[in-house]
Amino acid sequence: MKYNIIDGVKYTKKHEWARQEGNIAVIGLSDYAQDKLGEIVFVELPDVGTEVEAGKGSAVIESVKAVADLYAPVDGTVTEVNEDLLDQPELINSDPYGEGWVYKVEIKDESQFDELMDVPAYEKFVVEEDEE
Amino acid sequence: MSEAKKTPFYEKHVALNGKIVNYSGWLLPVQYPKGLVEEVHDTRKRATIFDVSHMGEVSVKGKDAEEFLQKILVNDISRLKDNVIMYSPVCYPDGGVVDDILVYRINGENYFLVVNAANTDKDYAWFQENVFGDVKLQNLSPEYAQIALQGPNSEVILQPLTDAPLAEMKNYHFLPEVKVAGFDCLVSRTGYTGEDGFEVYCKNDGAEALWDAVWEAGQEHELNPAGLGSRDVLRLEAAMPLYGHELSKELTPLQARLDRFVALDKGLEFNGQAALKKQKEEGMNRMLYGLEMLERGVPREGYPIKVGDQEIGWVSSGSKSPTLDKFIAMAFLDPEVADRTEEVELMIRTRSYRARIIKLPFYRRKK
Repeated sequence: MKYNIIDGVKYTKKHEWARQEGNIAVIGLSDYAQDKLGEIVFVELPDVGTEVEAGKGSAVIESVKAVADLYAPVDGTVTEVNEDLLDQPELINSDPYGEGWVYKVEIKDESQFDELMDVPAYEKFVVEEDEE
Repeated sequence: MSEAKKTPFYEKHVALNGKIVNYSGWLLPVQYPKGLVEEVHDTRKRATIFDVSHMGEVSVKGKDAEEFLQKILVNDISRLKDNVIMYSPVCYPDGGVVDDILVYRINGENYFLVVNAANTDKDYAWFQENVFGDVKLQNLSPEYAQIALQGPNSEVILQPLTDAPLAEMKNYHFLPEVKVAGFDCLVSRTGYTGEDGFEVYCKNDGAEALWDAVWEAGQEHELNPAGLGSRDVLRLEAAMPLYGHELSKELTPLQARLDRFVALDKGLEFNGQAALKKQKEEGMNRMLYGLEMLERGVPREGYPIKVGDQEIGWVSSGSKSPTLDKFIAMAFLDPEVADRTEEVELMIRTRSYRARIIKLPFYRRKK
């Protein structure tokens, strides 16, 4: 597999990931997504307190060539944003599941995690996407 | 659009893991695995090879070739010497731009024009519409491949492949018939990156072997491939206009500040002359400026620009500049406002971001 797909997070069809930590979900962009985008140069973060809705745009990630929306994997209220990304957006490229996290939300409906993909499902999905 | 075309170098791009996109009907690499930013650095510091076979080529021959070109070009080619190239916009009678092209003078009755890929058919139709007297036009685009070798190491890479004395070749000069790696080529000291470099034109037959020869020769001089993405950023850093952005049917060369390529008084009537003269006298409500972001944010084509509540223009091209490590843009602004302010606001989605008006080009190579 050419992309790093890690355990302990769940994935969306738009290539975001969400990690559940108690009643908080940490949100970021998958390795596949950062690879497709290329060198990330700018991130527009939501304000703390913003209500995000699953499947709706919640942040903007820009590479030199492209503008990509980061769609919220689950509903929630933003509790924290990764301000390091403002000066070092390339953290998403170098460490998409770690230092490159984008924001955290207070989870509204835990069952929404069941609708996201686990590692085997996402691996299969990525292979299919790449074949297109 | 008909099916996308492959250049003779298509298999090379695939072998080098280039990310292929459809650009103006051509399948070309937008970038290679090193990525756009590294490709920009490679071009500025070492050398890169680009496939620019999508560019169009038109032959203009005949006793009236010069007079015909004088009519369709806004620049003045009457003093152009053999083996020298001139850049010129081509205008409609209303001053809007058909295309911006390079004119290679082989001799007074034989010219070679290089036109933008997306405009090739439109240009050729326009030339045919305007042709008169003893002028023979031929669209050579389908027969020609083109390699751009760009960056400070270009000369040392190309020289061993040809007997042509490259060190003597000045900028915007060319040789119409030279052997490169044994193939018949036209070689010019030109490019679209703001670096030193060469463009090598050859017939499709043999083009692949020519690429291989240049690639081989480049291995000891850190030659890397580069794609359309870095080409666009490189030309933006050098503030070279791109048709569809800084030039179009709705924008004149004067608005794009190409005055030195607009010979309003060349003594012959040419397409667009009256309209451009009038525009020069009356002034323009939008002219090209350079912008540098004062806050982090990526300026992109079409973003509106404001001063206070007043919208004064739009971004025509913008990007992060890897060379300068800044966010830069070219923009058309109202000169009445722009000339009296240092700062403007650029609207990105829902917020405004501060930007400073700066002199063009953003980047100029040290000679």
